Amino acid sequence: MNSEKFEPTIVAFCCHYCAYAAADLAGSGRLQYPPNIRIVRSPCTGRLEIDFYMKAFEAGVDGVLVAGCEEGSCHFKEGNLLAKRRVNTTRQILAEAGLEPERLRMVNVSAASSLKFAEDVRDMVETVRKLGPARLTKNIATAQTGAR
Amino acid sequence: MIVAERKTIPELVQILRPHAKILVLGCGTCVTVCLAGGEREVSIIASALRIASRVQELNFDIAELTIERQCDNIFIESAAEAIQQVDAVLSTACGAGVQAIAERFPHTPVYAGLNTTFLGILEERGVWTEKCAACGACVLHKYGGICPITRCAKHMLNGPCSGSREDRCEVRADRACAWQLIYQRLKDIDQLERLQEVEPAKNWNASLSGGSRTLIRDDHRI
Repeated sequence: MNSEKFEPTIVAFCCHYCAYAAADLAGSGRLQYPPNIRIVRSPCTGRLEIDFYMKAFEAGVDGVLVAGCEEGSCHFKEGNLLAKRRVNTTRQILAEAGLEPERLRMVNVSAASSLKFAEDVRDMVETVRKLGPARLTKNIATAQTGAR
Repeated sequence: MIVAERKTIPELVQILRPHAKILVLGCGTCVTVCLAGGEREVSIIASALRIASRVQELNFDIAELTIERQCDNIFIESAAEAIQQVDAVLSTACGAGVQAIAERFPHTPVYAGLNTTFLGILEERGVWTEKCAACGACVLHKYGGICPITRCAKHMLNGPCSGSREDRCEVRADRACAWQLIYQRLKDIDQLERLQEVEPAKNWNASLSGGSRTLIRDDHRI
């Protein structure tokens, strides 16, 4: 596949209290960001387990974005800090398994930061686009995006 | 409890390379509590092996199962069907569990997915510390409940080595000097006179030095 034409599929786990609201605000504000992400709302990034990320990659996504509250402002006090550690551990496991750890990234976005959310998504999509397809499944439709 | 930690994925891939159908078999007891080999960790290891298999084109077919306890035949029974369907088992139990599975299934290769590390306790969230060396002849009653065999780097039985700095062990500065702890504890429970008794050289016959140990309880045998 020509890497210039490659459109990655990225799952974005978004915290209900911040990044999900920021994504919503980005939509209301008509901000443009690549349609490559599939948003999954989570009550808190602290709910997200290592297994969730592993299973997402196993299912064939090319990247996983974890978007939680800014450090110090987690609705549940420290869920985003737990998520940060789990993301780091998962990146290590992915690297051990031979997959680029850059395919998994955590960002911190406040509910008001729709601009930052859009920028983080753009940056993640570009990073994964450069890495190319993860190729963990044979039948994943990585070229077809556009779902909102 | 028994504390263990996962081998790295490249190590596991190397171990499992000759096989295709593999069962990652978890244990629901000690290694679940120490977050090394329970159901959740089995799922993570299985995913990592599947990803490694696809990246490295190894053709692993990974199944996963976690049973209550791998060191007990009654519970092993519940894994029999799954084990019979695979070429090899990667057990994420302690060394005892791995060997129990291997003995029960003599024609199936069984590999250890973890490094069994020590007998210890959960000190705080994410921190486990060794407390017992299973030496077979417990001396805790003499030392205020603090084990000099396990917690003193030099296994000193008759007082400190004189190398400690402040209250830190000279071998590992991140550890407390066991003898500082023993002295403080005996002082707190008003048993300092115990330190005047001279402890003879320890008889290590009860330990692993004499080979693997067997415990027989005639009152419980059928």
